[in-house]
Amino acid sequence: MSVPVGAFVAVSAVLFFIGVAGVLVRRNAVVILMCVELMLNATNLALVAFSRRAGLPDERGSVFVVFIFVIAAAEVAVGLAIVLSAYRNRPTVDVDEIHAMKG
Amino acid sequence: MIANVWLIPAFPLAAFLINGLFGRRWLRHATGWIASAAVAASAVLAVGVFLEVLGGKERTTVTLYEWIGVGDFHVNVAALVDPLSSAMLLVVTVVSTLIFIYSNGYMEHDHGFHRFFTWLSLFVFAMLILVMADNYLLTFVGWEGVGLCSYLLIGFWFDKPAPQKAANKAFWMNRVGDWGYTIGMITIFLVFGSLTYTEVFEKVGIATQANLLLICIALFVGATGKSAQLPLYSWLPDAMEGPTPVSALIHAATMVTAGVYLVARSTPLFVAAGPALQVVGVVGAVTAIFAATIALVQFDIKRVMAYSTVSQLGYMFLALGVGAPVAAIFHLATHAFFKALLFLGSGSVIHGMQGEQDMRKMGGLRPKMPVTYWTMLVAGGALAALPPLAGFWSKDEIVGAAYQNGHVILYAIGIITAILTAFYVTRAMWLTFHGEPRDHHLYDHAHESPTVMTLPLIVLAVGSATLGLVIGFPPDAGFIHTFLRPSVEAGVLDRVGEEPRLVTILALAAVSVGAGIVGILIGLSMYVRHRPDPSAVARAFDGYYRVLVNKYYVDELYDRRIVDLMRGAFGVLWAFDVHVVDGIANGLGRLSTLGGSGVRRLQTGIVGNYALTIVAGLLAVLVVYGGYAAGVFKP
Repeated sequence: MSVPVGAFVAVSAVLFFIGVAGVLVRRNAVVILMCVELMLNATNLALVAFSRRAGLPDERGSVFVVFIFVIAAAEVAVGLAIVLSAYRNRPTVDVDEIHAMKG
Repeated sequence: MIANVWLIPAFPLAAFLINGLFGRRWLRHATGWIASAAVAASAVLAVGVFLEVLGGKERTTVTLYEWIGVGDFHVNVAALVDPLSSAMLLVVTVVSTLIFIYSNGYMEHDHGFHRFFTWLSLFVFAMLILVMADNYLLTFVGWEGVGLCSYLLIGFWFDKPAPQKAANKAFWMNRVGDWGYTIGMITIFLVFGSLTYTEVFEKVGIATQANLLLICIALFVGATGKSAQLPLYSWLPDAMEGPTPVSALIHAATMVTAGVYLVARSTPLFVAAGPALQVVGVVGAVTAIFAATIALVQFDIKRVMAYSTVSQLGYMFLALGVGAPVAAIFHLATHAFFKALLFLGSGSVIHGMQGEQDMRKMGGLRPKMPVTYWTMLVAGGALAALPPLAGFWSKDEIVGAAYQNGHVILYAIGIITAILTAFYVTRAMWLTFHGEPRDHHLYDHAHESPTVMTLPLIVLAVGSATLGLVIGFPPDAGFIHTFLRPSVEAGVLDRVGEEPRLVTILALAAVSVGAGIVGILIGLSMYVRHRPDPSAVARAFDGYYRVLVNKYYVDELYDRRIVDLMRGAFGVLWAFDVHVVDGIANGLGRLSTLGGSGVRRLQTGIVGNYALTIVAGLLAVLVVYGGYAAGVFKP
């Protein structure tokens, strides 16, 4: 019945690097935000798995996951707002084109 | 009153601050009357101080506070009130007041009106500090202060090139003199351990002859700079680029006499130093005749007066040199009146002629400007030393002292200069006021100046006429002699030989008067009857005439021999400054600019690059951490 914790960690790592790859190669700001979500959820998965493995009585690891949900929600709200207002100024969501503050 | 002596400079200082801070925006033309009232208040106080000194307080030191106190070295901000300084205070404040009032009219249409009175007030403050100070250092503060104001006021019309140049020239030549003063002051401190006049003079005996000679010559170099004597005189004629009241106040009546005052103040040193006095006398006499010859051929009315001033200052140094400091101060006082009047009169003429200064375009102005004419005539007579006008008594005393103390050559130079003086003043008066008008356009518009200008002229004329008789009669025993002798001739010279006989005095006076009359007659004969005609004389002595018109080529000589040399020498320093000093500063700046533009490239603006960097950093952390954890790296 019990799946070894290594499997969870492996899935978590795969998900995380898919997210990293997405952030690195995609230019669409919305897709980048989605990939960031992927990375956060990979972290969530690892946290839950470690929490179970450690056998803590009150699921302390899972509490962290709730925090991350909240932060992820906030991050998406802010991130999408930025993308939206950037889109209103210039009709693009391509992050390479948004470089008005380039040094 | 003496206790409050510091109020005398406080008034002009207050006027300077008020006018400087509020003049431009709010006070505007009120600045003139504020400054005049302040100086007038100083004059009233100066009269009070003078009367108290006269009443028997021969020497008082009024200390305001200790300025410098290091070990045994003490310098106080203190006033030495004695007959010499109280007389100087009186001359400075009274003449200043009259010139301030006059300036209200003369400068009326100038857009720098408030600036003029601001600087002029500061000047009077500095001059009073110079006169009052009880030590060489505080005198030097005033000395530099008047130099600064002189610079600012010569260059008053700084939007024109000529005043700028003249101001710079004056400043630089004075720097040379100040260098001398500084050397003298340092030597005094090293030798006597004090800079206070009274202490230094008490200890004269402890100095060696060589030390004293160095001190006196160095101080005298300072005096030649400030008082425009050879070889540092040539800034004064150029200083005429400034407004005429400035010429009258600073460059005739007060500042240029600072050198005379300094030497008179330092009489105990000069007398002890032996040959120093001879140097002073010879330089004075040579300057007197040198400047007088240049004045013969000038056509700019102010330049004539400027060279005349140099010449008259030469007389004062001649007097100091032959051991007659009282006569020098006497002449200083009378000269302050009649030369200020001549300048203010010239200013009145220039004012009425719409700024024209060339006497060749004047002529026949007497009916148009009666007050200016008659007052200037009095001053001219005083300058030509006609009895009983003020100049006669003081100048006669100087040449008389030269003769009686055995300086026959200096006496002869004095008499010849007196002839020249009478000639050029006659020439200037005739070209300006008599004969036919030579420029009808200017003549038609010429007018007498307003009362605010003519009133000071009249007061000065009364002074020029009577001052000599009031304070200098009888010769050698008049009021000024008994008053000043204790402070300037203390332990000076025992008069050579016995008291001069009355016959000698009368003969000397007759020669002086004769010299004046001869000069005037030559002038009148040349310019009224054209016998000989002035231009014919100029042609006959063509070579010398040209030398005179070109002022002995002294400026050219200085340019070629000194200024060019300095330019070369300072070019090297300049190059060092530009390439090394500036190079270091600019190099540092350029280095950070370069570094910045290099680092700037890191900020590509492409989000992907930033993300990649973050991931690379993350991986690096993982590798290092994992490496330690796995024991690959040893901590």
